[in-house]
Amino acid sequence: MGETYSYYPGCTSHSTAIEYIEASHAVMDALGIELKELPDWCCCGAASAHNLSSSLALGLSAFNVGEAHKAGADLVIPCAGCYGNLAQADFVMRQDDKERQRLEKQLDFTYDGEIKMLSLVDLLAREELRPAIKNLVKKPLTGLKVVCYYGCAIVRPGAITGVDDTENPLRIDTMMADLGAEVIDWSCKVDCCGGDLGLTDAKKTTELVNKIIDYAVAAEADCLVTSCALCEANVDIRQQRLPILYFTEMMAEAFQIGDRQRWWKKHFNNPAKLF
Amino acid sequence: MAENLLQKVMAESDQPINLCYQCKKCSVGCPMIEEFDFPPNMVMRMVQLGMKDELLKSRAIWMCISCETCGTRCPNEIRIAPIMDSLRAQCIEEGVVPADPVTVALHSAFIESIKTFGRVHEATMLMNYKWKSKNFTSDLDVGIKLFLKGKIPLMPKKSKNMAKIKELFQESGK
Amino acid sequence: MEKKLGVFVCWCGSNIAGSVDVDKAVEEAKKLDGVVHAENYMYMCSDPGQQLVKDTIAEKGLDGVVVACCSPRMHENTFRKAAGSVGMNSYLVEIANIREQCSWVHQNNKPVATAKAVSIIEGTLDKVKENLPLETITIDLTKRVCVVGGGIAGIMSALDLANADYDVAIIERDPAIGGHMAQISQTFPYFHNIPELLQKKIDEVNAHSRIKVYVNSEVEVLDGYVGNFNVTIKTRPAFVDPAKCTACGKCLEVCPVSVADEFNRGLSQRGAIFRYNQMENARIPVLEQSDCLHFVDVEDAEMDAGASVRCQACVEACPEDAIDLGTIRKLNEEFVGAIVMATGYDLYSPAKMPEYGAGKIPDVIDALAFERLLDPTGPTKGQVLRPSDGQVPKKVVFIQCVGSRDPERHKAYCSRACCMYTAKQARLYRQQVEDGTAYVSYMDIRSDSRDFEEFVQKGMEEENLVYIRGRVAKVIQENGFLRVFTSDTLSSRQLEIEADLVVLAMAMEPKTGIRDLAKKMNVTIDGDAFLSETHIKLYPVESSTKGVYLAGCGQSPKDITDTVSQALATAGKIQTMFSNETLIADPLIAEVFSDVCSGCGICIDICPYGARLMNDFTRISDVNQAVCQGCGACMAACPNKACELINSTSRQFVRMIGDFAGKAEAV
Repeated sequence: MGETYSYYPGCTSHSTAIEYIEASHAVMDALGIELKELPDWCCCGAASAHNLSSSLALGLSAFNVGEAHKAGADLVIPCAGCYGNLAQADFVMRQDDKERQRLEKQLDFTYDGEIKMLSLVDLLAREELRPAIKNLVKKPLTGLKVVCYYGCAIVRPGAITGVDDTENPLRIDTMMADLGAEVIDWSCKVDCCGGDLGLTDAKKTTELVNKIIDYAVAAEADCLVTSCALCEANVDIRQQRLPILYFTEMMAEAFQIGDRQRWWKKHFNNPAKLF
Repeated sequence: MAENLLQKVMAESDQPINLCYQCKKCSVGCPMIEEFDFPPNMVMRMVQLGMKDELLKSRAIWMCISCETCGTRCPNEIRIAPIMDSLRAQCIEEGVVPADPVTVALHSAFIESIKTFGRVHEATMLMNYKWKSKNFTSDLDVGIKLFLKGKIPLMPKKSKNMAKIKELFQESGK
Repeated sequence: MEKKLGVFVCWCGSNIAGSVDVDKAVEEAKKLDGVVHAENYMYMCSDPGQQLVKDTIAEKGLDGVVVACCSPRMHENTFRKAAGSVGMNSYLVEIANIREQCSWVHQNNKPVATAKAVSIIEGTLDKVKENLPLETITIDLTKRVCVVGGGIAGIMSALDLANADYDVAIIERDPAIGGHMAQISQTFPYFHNIPELLQKKIDEVNAHSRIKVYVNSEVEVLDGYVGNFNVTIKTRPAFVDPAKCTACGKCLEVCPVSVADEFNRGLSQRGAIFRYNQMENARIPVLEQSDCLHFVDVEDAEMDAGASVRCQACVEACPEDAIDLGTIRKLNEEFVGAIVMATGYDLYSPAKMPEYGAGKIPDVIDALAFERLLDPTGPTKGQVLRPSDGQVPKKVVFIQCVGSRDPERHKAYCSRACCMYTAKQARLYRQQVEDGTAYVSYMDIRSDSRDFEEFVQKGMEEENLVYIRGRVAKVIQENGFLRVFTSDTLSSRQLEIEADLVVLAMAMEPKTGIRDLAKKMNVTIDGDAFLSETHIKLYPVESSTKGVYLAGCGQSPKDITDTVSQALATAGKIQTMFSNETLIADPLIAEVFSDVCSGCGICIDICPYGARLMNDFTRISDVNQAVCQGCGACMAACPNKACELINSTSRQFVRMIGDFAGKAEAV
């Protein structure tokens, strides 16, 4: 395709979401999309910054939006949480001239509103990519029943994410169907996995996760597909009933690319038996 | 006082809290409502009426996990997540003992990691969190499990422009 | 000659056929005396069903039809019309109600329901056998209208009728038309300027050659009936000759009397001679006899040494000699074909809510008083100021549902306009007093019309109105402010608000004197003395008396929008009536057998419609065919059995009862 984007790895790219990042890069290579990591970036603040200080949260995310403007290309953000924070900062700067001017000065960049914040789903679920993706499918995922789980950050709030149907998003569903999988409509697409509650309240997180898995199992899914590292971690660690996969891993499997066997081992519910 | 709290939170969160008419759509969809001492709709009412002391002491403000379900569904487009952020910040600023210190410990450890490295280094952050929360046993399994899967790198990576990041922290008083 | 009768049994889908064996009913009906045809059909009221009835009448030459179906209120007219269209006399068609009175009440017992249906059909057949073919009655029609009440309802109704070229007389009790609307500053939900809107309409009325306005006037007597009413109007003297008066105002300055001005809800004082309100049409002063020292009892005057000569201050001050204290009241008559009752409302007295201190605490006022504060021509020139000290109130508590929705102690009903006018008043207050706070105490916010909800929400968003859900417990006065005790039921917290002004959205109730007037006009009222319509859905502006129509708050509390809609509806209804040269009435009315009537007059007292009148020459009680509604009250009351209802005679009913009773034994 010959497209080039700036790339914001986020902290989890080297840790909890390592298989997601590797799979995503493999898919990107196959599609001819070039990602250039930002020369400098910092943590978006995750949930912790805004929990303690809205201004710190805005500052940290704006730092990265500023770096993207300096680099001069749309910014791809694989981590859903990072995407949510950066998109929020971008939204504030788009809406509020005073805040924007303050941040431009502090972070030494010019905000032009041309640089878009893109989640990996935003990037890969584009209509114009569908023929290319279908072309790359070597081994269709025929017979595999999947439920797609979007979680919070790449969906809500709609005014910031640009998602029209916040109660029933379909972008990952469409991609999975293009890979040949049997996509099942289910009830917990956008329910909350507990987020960072995973580190503070195991009981409540397990409760939330179990509800999601109950519904996925009731829908007779073979696996659950997500695009969020935090969702993956919470939903994978706290149950032994269903394999959880990143959507780019599913693409890599269908394309038959990348070090898939190694990725499968990174999961707590090994999905190898599905393929 | 009533107006002061309402005006302050409305300004900080940029949300039209005065439009809340108690339809309770927020509360019926909240995944965390069982953990709240006041349901989200009541938090809105308490902000409207300026019940600051009760709010800052409440567990509700710490139990909100910003999933934005309520904000997405609110008929008046009031996002409660930023409102909770504002209340949490006031709780800390005013030295009120947070109703859920564990959550505060996690977030503090997290941003300290950012303050040090510009990024989060899970291993040191988790140890710091455990130290802060004085809770060395529960939930440690998650960290160990992740470590065993090779998902907790030992060496931290740093941002380049640490000076600017320190400045951001300084300005926000953290 | 025996009539050839047809029976048509309707299934009404499964409504009847579900519990009545319609085949059996037909079979049984066929056996009955005089029946030459019987059949059933799924929906007899449908076009093919009606066609079936029509075809059978023509084919078999029927001269009597019974349709066994739902209540006659539903489809009697349908089948009478159908029969009439094929040349049969409509009054030979009767309905046997086997749905409401049979199938619906015997759903679990088909044999009983079927037997009962057959006996209802048999009884109705016996009635039809004695039914006479009848023709409709023609009544004269006077195409003029009398409108009782000159508020916005009366004004709008009168204007429409006058513009349709009919003469209209408006009877207004107060010294000027305009009603309560003249007291109000702006509308919701668009903040239109009311004085401007209203003045335009008042000018149209005054300039209209077809409209005659009687101010200071009331209906004294109503005679007659639809199409032919005779209204006697009593007019109190105003004592000021409008032809001479130049509205110089000198009389106002010299009057020694000072009483609370009702129009300004007691927020200002007036003399015995005064301008009724600030509207252009009330420039000429009026003199209120009951306040004037000139009319104080002679004995009282003599006891007061200084008043040995009766006060004439205004007469002496008038440079135009326009005041004549010797004017007497006048009686006028209007002959009209229709009457509009646009009698309006009063606010329920705040004095009945002692817990809120109204009457005792000057800074607790009712909503109309607050409107007077908002009026640029009002007592404060439009500035919201506290009555007690003239200061700008910084905290105002508006209390909704005061007297409304309180069935045990006050009024059970919702007064409908208060939620919206309170929102409007609170918003206008906040627009005027930027650093003020407006609290609204409410039970529910009822904002159920176009742009109403948006209006209230905008008040919360832009004027920061603080809505507090809960009924205020009490209001007390404390060193220079009011303490309002309430609670926020949404958060279950007790609240005490230190307020500067409290505004009570009092319930609306019918105008004082409405009970007497309703009796005079022969219209029924409900338990709260609101004028009753014939049917809330289908005949919403028709009173219980033909030719008398209802508009505005006299019928039920409502806002200006709904009042005007209703007023225009009455005008439309009356124009429809006036589109014919005469009126047509149902001939199913009472008749009198002159050789049996003793002229005792019991029927005259018992008739709820005033349709029975003693004939002074024959000493027999006549029936006014235009007024009689065929209710049968006189028939039941007559000790001599001298009157009967045509086609519902005692003889017919005794036979029907015999049929039902006989069958009942068989069951």
